[in-house]
Amino acid sequence: MPLSLSEKLSILADAAKYDASCASSGGERRDARDGKGFGSTGGAGICHSYAPDGRCISLLKILMTNFCIYDCAYCVNRVSSRVERARFTVEEVVYLTVEFYRRNYIEGLFLSSGIIRSPDDTMADMVRIVRTLREQENFRGYVHLKTIPDASPELLDEAGKWADRLSINVELPTQSGLDQLAPEKDLGEIRKAMAGVRLRQEASWELTYRGKRKARFAPAGQSTQMIVGADGSDDATILRQSTNLYANYGLSRVYYSAFSPIPDSTVVLPLKPPPLQREHRLYQADWLLRFYGFKAEELGQKGMLDLDLDPKLAWALAHREIFPVDVNRAPRETLLRVPGFGAKSVARILSARRHRSLRYEDLAALGAVMKNARAFILAEGWSPRGLADADNLRARFAPPPEQLALF
Amino acid sequence: MTYVVNLPRVGFAQAWREAARRCLGAEIPPEEVSFNTSGGLFAARELPAAPASAPALKIPRTAVQTLEQAICHRDPEVFSRAYAVLWALGQGTLRWGDRSVPMMRKLLDQAKAVGRDIHKMHAFVRFREGPARGDRRAFAAWFEPEHNIVEAATPFFARRFGDMDWVIATPKVTATFRSGQLSFQETENPSPPPEDATEALWCTYYASIFNPARLMISAMQSEMPKKAWKNLPETRQIPELIRTAPERARAMQDAAPTMPPAHAAALSRARKETMGPAPSGMKALKHEAATCTRCPIGPCATQVVWGEGPETADLMIVGEQPGDQEDLAGRPFVGPAGTLLDKVMQEAGVQRDEAYLTNAVKHFKFSPRGKRRVHERPNAGEVQACKWWLDQEIARVRPRAAIALGATAALALTGSGERITRRRGTIEAGTGGLPVFLTIHPAFILRIPDKERAAEERRRFVEDLSIVRETLREM
Repeated sequence: MPLSLSEKLSILADAAKYDASCASSGGERRDARDGKGFGSTGGAGICHSYAPDGRCISLLKILMTNFCIYDCAYCVNRVSSRVERARFTVEEVVYLTVEFYRRNYIEGLFLSSGIIRSPDDTMADMVRIVRTLREQENFRGYVHLKTIPDASPELLDEAGKWADRLSINVELPTQSGLDQLAPEKDLGEIRKAMAGVRLRQEASWELTYRGKRKARFAPAGQSTQMIVGADGSDDATILRQSTNLYANYGLSRVYYSAFSPIPDSTVVLPLKPPPLQREHRLYQADWLLRFYGFKAEELGQKGMLDLDLDPKLAWALAHREIFPVDVNRAPRETLLRVPGFGAKSVARILSARRHRSLRYEDLAALGAVMKNARAFILAEGWSPRGLADADNLRARFAPPPEQLALF
Repeated sequence: MTYVVNLPRVGFAQAWREAARRCLGAEIPPEEVSFNTSGGLFAARELPAAPASAPALKIPRTAVQTLEQAICHRDPEVFSRAYAVLWALGQGTLRWGDRSVPMMRKLLDQAKAVGRDIHKMHAFVRFREGPARGDRRAFAAWFEPEHNIVEAATPFFARRFGDMDWVIATPKVTATFRSGQLSFQETENPSPPPEDATEALWCTYYASIFNPARLMISAMQSEMPKKAWKNLPETRQIPELIRTAPERARAMQDAAPTMPPAHAAALSRARKETMGPAPSGMKALKHEAATCTRCPIGPCATQVVWGEGPETADLMIVGEQPGDQEDLAGRPFVGPAGTLLDKVMQEAGVQRDEAYLTNAVKHFKFSPRGKRRVHERPNAGEVQACKWWLDQEIARVRPRAAIALGATAALALTGSGERITRRRGTIEAGTGGLPVFLTIHPAFILRIPDKERAAEERRRFVEDLSIVRETLREM
């Protein structure tokens, strides 16, 4: 008996949930003020709902099909898995996107797919879905397309024309990890595809010979995802890879996804999933790399981030010699290194201290988290005294050690 | 209290702004004016009309936006506070944004709370479809905001859903969008519209996208608090999803790995058969170089940038290493320096498609800086490691002469890393007696800030290439 739309949706949303990305921000501004279509993008993304796993639901995140000829061990849709299979038609995906969007359930579509027949066939079907949404339905909302690295350049051209964001998952930080768990995937090919996206984006920023602006290629940029804890790579390797990817391909985001147990597992996978805290710490470190001037080499000890402390606090505790920092004098780069100071509070401190000398109480009003910052700063009327050198400083922040149970 | 301003339910922001302007114009201090939102009309002295010549108060644009946002707060005191802030700004006793002043800070915090409420309204309104009028589909929603944001938040929906008619009702005010016109009325019938069939599909999606192996209830509730659940159809399933999650996660952990189904092996085999035969000749070399680990720079770059040109070329032109653009495109000399080299070659009468162009080092060496890559010169060890590949290219192409562009190429071809400025224009013997003509790298010209000097260097560069062309003809 053929599957109903609801059954297909259940199978193909379930198959898509291991992709962490759901961003709908950035890109170009579009709207439907002219009354000839529907949908808008631009500015901050909107999370329309939240699942009990704490992840936001912004896009209709589905697979076109979960049939796949690849055999990636960590993936629930690999050819050797026994999960139930389904496939949406073009019309079904279009219908779901339009009806969900009109009811304000979603910001747009995040379409991914298993590889059927060949990479080109799969990519062509995905592109057809987005083109139908744009041309027939006049849909102006957000579309994120997962790109298949081996698909032909013409299909990539078209994908970037219709979609806001393209992404290609590197999946694992090293080729040796891929060899072990995803034998069909080649890091070199993935990187070349990302380079292709960046070149097309840059070409679309240039003006035409007549001085006109070209249609933007993937205006919301490209992103990627790395699975954490499925192979033996440590945090340092992952962060080095991220730094490299951000620089090489101008990625909007690198997503980290703690390897999650899947319904139908294989023997080559580790028995236990990594702690979710590890994923969280990697995101924090990623932010430090992008917005706080940290380098990958500065974070973590012996290759791993501290699970008990956020990476900035851990760094500060390991570099007590530069603290306390005088909030009324220190340059921006130094202020950004103070635990409890975010990029926004640093900006406010810099602007407020032009007018007067800042006191301890002022900092809380400016948005700083004083619980974390107090031991690391000097302000008018405040000095941490012995606090900055106290041997037990770490213990003040880290959760108390757990008593092991006797049995 | 001398003056009372009555604010209507619909259009209160406009009314407040109007009144504030008149009060400022008439120099009425904040103690002497109050704002009434309770609906009842207070007999009050009429506000004096603002004198036409009154100097307008100049405040930053962001301040106006923040004030207009703040007065949507449900706190009835917000109107007086906003006026007091305006007054103090006008008197010069307050700096906009100074959070150490309590009323300023409170106003900014209230504006932020309203902003968040507007954002949540954009996220949590759920439309239900009703009978269409004409060719425009019609939708309706019921929403309960925390603050008085209907007028501030709904233009967003007008921009987004321009081709359909919709109504968003809230306990106080209803927004109606019909045939492209947005209007506001006081709510007459405070109740949600009837359910529609698509909601069941949405609930299916919600339940399926949830991963029971990573239950994080507090993360969900911090963004979608329980008080918002009432009007979100998908949240009805949450208790059941939470209750069964640990059991489902455990079942996944405990399930023994299964044997792959029979068709899996056949599919994998079929896939391997479709892949072409292994490459040979120059292609095989390039293929091999792609996974080179003779030096550490390879894995950081995108790809190996192999030489390009006829394998029977008389002339081989060797550069330093691929740059940013070459690394992305996988072809040598396509970036700014490559473009310059093209032009210079043309002027010197050297055909690009008759020469074999390559680099001393085949991978791009750089250091990452945020979203940029800063070129780094390869060291002697890396040049030495990559020389193996260059020698392979030379052995295959067997050129009659080579041009070394810059010191790195000179080092690779002649074994000497001495300064190129001293050796420029000379011919040295390379590996196997290959005559190597030494000149600068075109990137050197691009780095000269002084235009005249750059033009001079460019002229010399054309001259160098012309000499090579002549020498080749005589050889």
